[in-house]
Amino acid sequence: MGLLSRKATCNSHGQDSSYFLGWQEYEKNPYHPLHNPKGIIQMGLAENQLSFDLLESWLAKNPDAVGCKRDGQSIFRELALFQDYHGLPAFKKALVDFMAEIRGNKVTFDPSHIVLTAGATSANETLMFCLAEQRDAFLLPTPYYPGFDRDLKWRTGVEIVPIHCTSSNHFQITASAIEEAYQHAQKQNLRVKGILITNPSNPLGTTMTRAELDLLIDFVTDKEIHLISDEIYSGTVFSSPDFVSIMEVLKDRNLEKTEVWDRVHIVYSLSKDLGLPGFRVGAIYSNDPTVVAAATKMSSFGLISSQTQYLLSVMLSDKKFRKYYIAKNKKRLQKRQRKLVSGLEKAGIGCLESNAGLFCWVDMRHLLSSSTFEAEMELWERIVHDVKLNISPGSSCHCSEPGWFRVCFANMSEDTLKLAMKRLKSFVNSTTSSYNKSHQESKHIEKWILRLSFQSFHEREQDER
Amino acid sequence: MVATISKIATGNGHGENSPYFDGWKAYEANPFHPTDRPDGVIQMGLAENQLCFNFIKKWLMHHPEASLCSAEGVDRFKETALFQDYNGLPEFRQAVAKFMGKVRGDRVKFDPDRVVMSGGATGAHEMVAFCLADPGEAFLVPTPYYPGFDRDLRWRTGVELVPVVCESSNNFKITRNALEAAYEKATEANLRVKGVLITNPSNPLGTILDRDTLRSVVKFINEKNIHLIGDEIYAATVFMEPEFVSISEIIEEVECNRDLIHIVYSLSKDMGFPGFRVGIVYSYNDAVVSCARKMSSFGLVSSQTQHLIASMLSDDDFVDSFIVESKDQLFKRHKYFTWNLSLVGIGSLKSNAGLFIWMDLRKLLKEKTFEAEMDLWRVIINEVKLNVSPGSSFHCNEPGWFRVCFANMDDHTMEIALLRIRTFMLKHNEAMVPGKLCRRSSLKLSFSRRRVDDFMSPSIMSPHSPIPQSPLVRART
Repeated sequence: MGLLSRKATCNSHGQDSSYFLGWQEYEKNPYHPLHNPKGIIQMGLAENQLSFDLLESWLAKNPDAVGCKRDGQSIFRELALFQDYHGLPAFKKALVDFMAEIRGNKVTFDPSHIVLTAGATSANETLMFCLAEQRDAFLLPTPYYPGFDRDLKWRTGVEIVPIHCTSSNHFQITASAIEEAYQHAQKQNLRVKGILITNPSNPLGTTMTRAELDLLIDFVTDKEIHLISDEIYSGTVFSSPDFVSIMEVLKDRNLEKTEVWDRVHIVYSLSKDLGLPGFRVGAIYSNDPTVVAAATKMSSFGLISSQTQYLLSVMLSDKKFRKYYIAKNKKRLQKRQRKLVSGLEKAGIGCLESNAGLFCWVDMRHLLSSSTFEAEMELWERIVHDVKLNISPGSSCHCSEPGWFRVCFANMSEDTLKLAMKRLKSFVNSTTSSYNKSHQESKHIEKWILRLSFQSFHEREQDER
Repeated sequence: MVATISKIATGNGHGENSPYFDGWKAYEANPFHPTDRPDGVIQMGLAENQLCFNFIKKWLMHHPEASLCSAEGVDRFKETALFQDYNGLPEFRQAVAKFMGKVRGDRVKFDPDRVVMSGGATGAHEMVAFCLADPGEAFLVPTPYYPGFDRDLRWRTGVELVPVVCESSNNFKITRNALEAAYEKATEANLRVKGVLITNPSNPLGTILDRDTLRSVVKFINEKNIHLIGDEIYAATVFMEPEFVSISEIIEEVECNRDLIHIVYSLSKDMGFPGFRVGIVYSYNDAVVSCARKMSSFGLVSSQTQHLIASMLSDDDFVDSFIVESKDQLFKRHKYFTWNLSLVGIGSLKSNAGLFIWMDLRKLLKEKTFEAEMDLWRVIINEVKLNVSPGSSFHCNEPGWFRVCFANMDDHTMEIALLRIRTFMLKHNEAMVPGKLCRRSSLKLSFSRRRVDDFMSPSIMSPHSPIPQSPLVRART
C-alpha cells in the first residue's frame, strides 16, 4: 500500500531535468571572483540583477515603505492582520498602473480583475485549476520554460502538448504548427482547453509579432478555447520591435465585447521586471469574473505577504520612480545583451536575434558532434564541467532541434560576463583545433574521458523531445 | 462550447456559499467602531490574536534592520530580494525551529532541515494532503473542527474528510471508539483512509489533548499504518494548566513509526501575524519533506518576511518574554470574559488555550435542533449585535454551541460586548445559578453530515475579508 500520494512519488515535479541538475552542479562549485575564481559561472538563472542600485536608492529615500510605516506612523499591526485575499487595494492599483505603463499606456487594466498570487509559479498553477480538469491539455509553443512542466501539470493532472517551432523561421508560431499540435492532442484523446504563450518568450528572448498574436486569437476563437499569455518579461523589452500585449491586439481588433475577451488571461510577476523573485509577487489578470472569483479564493493557498504588498504599493505608486526605473532598466539590459552577443560572436557563436528577456538563445549546432540530443547533452556536460559555465540545454526547454542553449546575461557583473566569454572562446578554439587533428582518434579519447568524468552524472530528463 | 471553467472553479468546494450569510453581512453593513459606530456589530467570529502588538512594536522600534530599512538592513536588500530558494533562508528555518521548541518548553528539539515553508497554514494543509493522499482517499477529523479544513484539505486535492464524532458528554474528547467508528464508516463508503488530522490545541474548543488521548491516537494510527497530522498552530496560546503536550513529545515516549508523523504550524495565531503568510510543514518523513519542499514553490514565504521573522525569533530574550507576556494577556482576557459570562448564567467548555471559548447556549434553544441554533444565531447577530460562530459550521453533532472569540479586540470593546450580553440575558429572564458548565446527558442526536456550504460564514475561515474600517482597505494612493 502506497504510504504517500502518487504525486509525491512520481517525477512530475520535473526536478530531474537537466535544467535543475546544472544548478546543482553550480551549487557544488560556484564561481566567486576572489574565493573561487575557477568555479562554475551561473548563466542558467534568469535573474535581473542590473538595476538593484535604483531600488536601493529609492528605499533609502523611502524608509517608511519597508519599515511598515505610513506618514511616520506604524501600521505594523494593520499589515500583520491583513489577510484579505482580495489584496491590498493600494497595491493592486499600483500594480495595474505599472503594467499599463510597461505597455506604453496603450491598454489599461482594472484592479478588480487582478488576482494576487505567490509568484507566477502559483499564478500559472492556479489558472490550470480554474480552467481545466485532470487530463485536459494546454498547447504550448516550444521551446518553453522548463518550470511549466511542474507548474502546469504536477498537481493539476493537466497535460502539455507542444506546438513545435523551428529555427527555419526564427521559432515563430505558424498556423500549421498550432493545428498539428491540436490534432496530435485529439489523437491522444486529450481535450484541449487552451493555449499558453510566453510573451516575451522564455527562452527565446523575442517578442511575439502581431501576426502571431492575431493567429492565436483566431485559433482560440475558432476552437472556443482559452488563451493564457505569460507576460512576466514584458518590462524587459529593450529594443524594437515594441512589446505588443495580447490585450492590445484584442482592443485594436475591437474584440472587447466578444466571447474571446473573457477567455484571454494574463500572468504577471515582479520577479523579472523588478528583479524581486524572493518577494513572491505574482498576478493573474482576467476579464472573466468567474475566473477572477475562483482564482481569488484559490489564492488563499499562496497569498502575497502583506508586508511585501505594502512596500511595493508605495514603490510602484511613485510615478516618477516607475518611469525612471522602466527606462533605465531597459537601457542597461540592452547594453548587457550586446556584450553577450558580441562576446559570443568573437567565439564564432551566433544566437537568435532578440529584443527582450534576460538571456539569449544561443546557436551551438555547429559544435555538436552529431545533430542529436545525445550530442547536445555531451556538449552541455563539457560546457558545465570543462568550460565551467552553467547554461541551459535546449532539450530541457523541449526544443525540437538539438544544439540550442539558453544563456543568461543579467544575473552577473560585467567582469564575470567577460570571463565567461573568454572561457567559451578558449573552449571553442581548442575544440576546433583538436577537431582538425586525427578526428576519429580524438573523438574516441574524448568519449572515454567524458565517461570517466560523468560517472556521477546519471540523471537524464524524463521526457526529452 | 468547449471553453468552460473547471468543475473545481465553479463548484462549492471553496466552502463560502452559505444561505446563512446573516452574520457576515450584518457585520459588514454595520461594523462596530468605538466612536464612529458604537451601535455596530462587534466581531467575535475572528480568531485573531491582537493582545501583544504593543510588545512586538517595541521590539521593532529597536531593531530597524529587521525591516531592511536601516543602513545595515538596506545592505541585505539585494540578497534578500533575490533569494527564492525553496529551502528558505537558513536563519529563518533555524529561528522557526527554535521558536517551536521554546513554545513546547524546550522539551523537544526541532530540526531546521525539516522545516518546510508554505502559504500560511492554509497552504500547509493543502500541501500535506497533496503529499499524503490521492483523490478519493480520506482523512479522519474529530468534530467539531475548523470549517476551513473542508476547503484546505479537499477542494483542489479531491481528498475526502470523514468526521470522528466527539460528544459533549465527555467534553468532546476523542475516544478510541469514535476513531474506530469513523474508520469503519469510511471503509464502508469505499474510502481508503490515509490519516487522521487533529488540531491541538483545538479550534473551536480551546482545549488541549491530554497525554492519554494523544497516546491513544498515536497507537491507533500506528496500528492502521496511517498518517497523523497534528495542527499545532495554537501551541503558544496555552495560557494555563494543564501544560501543552505536543505530538513531537509523544513520539519520544511511545513506539511509533515516525514516517507517519507530520506537524502543521503557522505564526498567524501564536504571534498574530496572519497577514505575513508564514505557514510551516514539519514532517518526520524524509520523503514528505523532500516532496513538500518542491511543492512549497507554490506558496513560499516572502523573503522580506523570512528576514523579519528570522531576526525577531532569533532574539532569545524577546521570544522568552513574548511567550510569557502573550500567555499572561490571554489568561487575563479569558478569565475576565468567562467570569463575567458566568455571572449571567452563561457557561462554556472549560478551556485553557486558543483565542476563543466554546460557549454553551443549549438552554437558550427553543428546541434541540440545528434550525433552532440558526434562529438563536440570528438573534445574537441582529439583536445582541455580536457576530459569533454557530457550532454547526464546525460540524458539531449537537446544537447550541457557539465559538466566541475574545482576543481580537481591545478592553473597551470587550466591555461593550459583555454589556450587550448581560442586557440580553437579563431581558430574556434566564437568571441561573452562576458557575460551572451544566452537564447534560448526551443527547445522542443523529449526526447528519451537513454540507459545509450550508453553514459557512467566510469570516471564520482564513484568509478572509478584513475589518471594513481597516485603513488599508480604504487606502487610496
